[in-house]
Amino acid sequence: MANIFEKFIKTFFKNLFRRKKHIKLGLYGPPNAGKTTLANKICEDWLGESMGKVTNIPHETREIQIKEQISIKSGKKEISFNLVDTPGIATKIDYEDFMKFGLTATKAKKRAKEATKGVIDSIRWLDNMDTVVVVLDATKDPYSQVNITIIGNLEARKIPVLIVANKVDLKKAKIKKVQSAFPQYHVVGISAKYGNNIDEFYEGLFKVVG
Amino acid sequence: MLTLQFVPYTEIEYLSSVGRIRKLLNITKENRIVLLQGRLRKEEETELIKATMEEIDKDFKGIELSVIYPDKKESDLFRKIKRNFVNMLLGDRQGLTIIGPASVVREIKKDPDKIQLLTEDDTKARKRRKS
Ligand SMILES: Nc1nc2c(ncn2[C@@H]2O[C@H](COP(=O)(O)OP(=O)(O)O)[C@@H](O)[C@H]2O)c(=O)[nH]1
Ligand SMILES: [Mg+2]
Repeated sequence: MANIFEKFIKTFFKNLFRRKKHIKLGLYGPPNAGKTTLANKICEDWLGESMGKVTNIPHETREIQIKEQISIKSGKKEISFNLVDTPGIATKIDYEDFMKFGLTATKAKKRAKEATKGVIDSIRWLDNMDTVVVVLDATKDPYSQVNITIIGNLEARKIPVLIVANKVDLKKAKIKKVQSAFPQYHVVGISAKYGNNIDEFYEGLFKVVG
Repeated sequence: MLTLQFVPYTEIEYLSSVGRIRKLLNITKENRIVLLQGRLRKEEETELIKATMEEIDKDFKGIELSVIYPDKKESDLFRKIKRNFVNMLLGDRQGLTIIGPASVVREIKKDPDKIQLLTEDDTKARKRRKS
């Protein structure tokens, strides 16, 4: 009898806890690191649908995108969260760079204007996040000040961070370099595009969220 | 053409965050590279980026930001103690923050001799002053 009661109480509180737990999981990092590609991978794996558009032109994502209630499971473990794909953070935006990809001057200027707003929104949203995945392009220098600024701000806000060294399918990718740049963090090397090592990424998520 | 402006910590020490950011961004928007003694606070760095984004237009393309931290490696206890001691005495005065207009930094990257030109000019000027 007591046992059943105990079990009831336990599940009651567990459910209460779960319902309250609308964790916001944010994707941050510099433009073109693969945030949206990773968001799509997560959504395809657990919802069977994709989330946002990916192109090789920087600043494709210029507005915050939210996918609600994604549950991921591994064995007995389960976490659910609202996934927030952000435009990311940059310190410079030059519309002429977009013209190199064939955009007209008018379109390039419009894109630049939207992109600046996107960066501002990304920074504003930092405070709303419960956990953040910082997506870095492992073929690029990890020591850029933008990366350090993002991670430093998350640290100051005491938001748990998982660092992803993305694009490991490329020969130039250096996971070790990312690891040594941020020794106090858990770094997972993945390919968001081809799914390499994605299970280790989910394991990492369980560690920082759970 | 290329101008560096050194900003000692004492010049921003008593400014509000908004004031600090305004000052640094104004220098950058005059196409100069700021060499700030010390560092901004973490939140000031993001505020600087926000302000930069708000002001980007066809002439101002944003900034390049770089912070040089003092003595990052804490390899042994002695260094750790030393570091904490220096921290206590100097705080945010340590290190160096470099803020440059993105378009100027891009030019330098394309043609690094431009930096050399500047330092040469400097020594020439000094020589001139000596003689
Ligand atoms: N080779 C490779 N390319 C990737 C990977 N992830 C993303 N990309 C490419 O990088 C570019 C930017 O990706 P996107 O997800 O839009 O980056 P975001 O700006 O961070 O959202 C696109 O061309 C992607 O196809 C990856 O794991 N490997
Ligand atoms: Mg994106």
